[in-house]
Amino acid sequence: MSKLSRRTLITTGLTVASGASGLVAAAKLAKRYGLIPPDSGGIYGPGETLTYAAQRLLTRHSLAREFSRSQMSAKPFANEVAPLGDEFERHKQGAFADWRLAVDGLVARPASFSLTELRSFPRRSHITMIQCEEGWSYIAEWTGVPLSHVLERVGALPQVRYVVYRSIQPDWWESIDMADALHPQTLLTYEMNGGELPVGFGGPLRMRVSRQLGYKSVKYITRLTLTDNLKRFGKGLGSASPEGGYAWFAGA
Amino acid sequence: MLRMSFLRYSLHNRGAIGRTAPMAETPQPRHSGLVRVTHWLITFAFFALLVSGLEIVVSHPRFYWGEIGNVNTAPLFKIPIPSSRNLVPTGYGYVLPDQNGWSRYLHFQSAWVLVLIGLLYGVAGILNGHFRRNLLPALSDISPKRLAVSIVEHLRFKRPSAEEAWSYNVLQRLAYLMVIFVLFPMIIWTGLAMSPSFVSAVPAAVNVLGGQQSARTLHFFLTWALVLFLLVHVFMVFLAGFRSRMRAMITGRGAEPLERV
Repeated sequence: MSKLSRRTLITTGLTVASGASGLVAAAKLAKRYGLIPPDSGGIYGPGETLTYAAQRLLTRHSLAREFSRSQMSAKPFANEVAPLGDEFERHKQGAFADWRLAVDGLVARPASFSLTELRSFPRRSHITMIQCEEGWSYIAEWTGVPLSHVLERVGALPQVRYVVYRSIQPDWWESIDMADALHPQTLLTYEMNGGELPVGFGGPLRMRVSRQLGYKSVKYITRLTLTDNLKRFGKGLGSASPEGGYAWFAGA
Repeated sequence: MLRMSFLRYSLHNRGAIGRTAPMAETPQPRHSGLVRVTHWLITFAFFALLVSGLEIVVSHPRFYWGEIGNVNTAPLFKIPIPSSRNLVPTGYGYVLPDQNGWSRYLHFQSAWVLVLIGLLYGVAGILNGHFRRNLLPALSDISPKRLAVSIVEHLRFKRPSAEEAWSYNVLQRLAYLMVIFVLFPMIIWTGLAMSPSFVSAVPAAVNVLGGQQSARTLHFFLTWALVLFLLVHVFMVFLAGFRSRMRAMITGRGAEPLERV
């Protein structure tokens, strides 16, 4: 190779030094502005962090595309669900009259809402696409109470950074950051295409996170926990998805 | 031939200006360090994207046109392979193991490498004149006659002349420009157009493609266009002389002066 000139050495040295300090500064800023996902460790951490940080800088307030009625899928596809168990069957036989949504964690007023109460809260509908990470999709109209309204009602404390949501299926639990939790299209849905939300699509209550893939729209929601730290849940990776090898942020 | 030799002569002289060491001691590399490093990083990222991308396809080997598509809608076409999900009708009596978790993690991490390294290569190539100097064909070379001659030479698998060890022929230039400025930007774009979060901020990215499923189908076809380029590219490397071409892209050392006309 050619001899290194003093100029090359100095420029290279300066570039490396500024690059390294730039990275350190970027990491600090990213942490401060909540741009680090809970599954940022491991070999795919760098890519996942870049994806989440870039998406959050670009999409904090953006709205998922909404469609017209004519674009709604004639035959939406209900993905397979694991057997729902005796408890769910009992609820189903009772027309979900005893289904409750518990809200706890960093809230001023922990609460438990029946479906009737949830239905009495302000409602919002949107016709949006649900996309599976496998590649298929459908468009449907979803109706429910905005999650932001429920958070307001229970008095979410200012230090809340994530909302953890659980299903009656113990293996399914997820979490979203406040950009998605307070997002106007994030709904606790109880209706689909103008009728009751069918069990196959998550009825009686499904979390609908419109800017992320289907696996964040967890079915059969029973409990919300508001937190400032996801490390305390499960293996500390944010949700069941990273524990099963899937990314926590599913907007990509 | 004469024109190209002259051009090269003048380029070398221009390159030599301002260098501290005489040319004999530090010959111009066939490919600059930046081109060599970015070439191999992008190769690495491309293979990771290809493997993980094909794995993701296995979970739903059906393709659609428009906004939506699922097993209740008619596909544009299906790939006759087994699936890793049991709800996809494939005609096979078994289901492959689900590998989408790491595939998706790897796909996006490699995409970042490809995009960032590709940007570095692209911006540097514009600023330092690499594209203008080495890839933009001479206007006289893109006449139908010249192109026809080059196509016939390629179809006859004619070994490139020693002359070409230091330059690119017109078809090669057009192929590289196509890959750099059309196929890679398009495959990145169609990839972004599948992201529900990205398109919430930039809905036009998917709307102009005709829908999210169209973006997915185009992404798939663009993959095969790039794979086709890769196969021809590697075949041409063998035809031109595997050792000398690999040496030029790894160490930067071009053809020996004796080999040069």
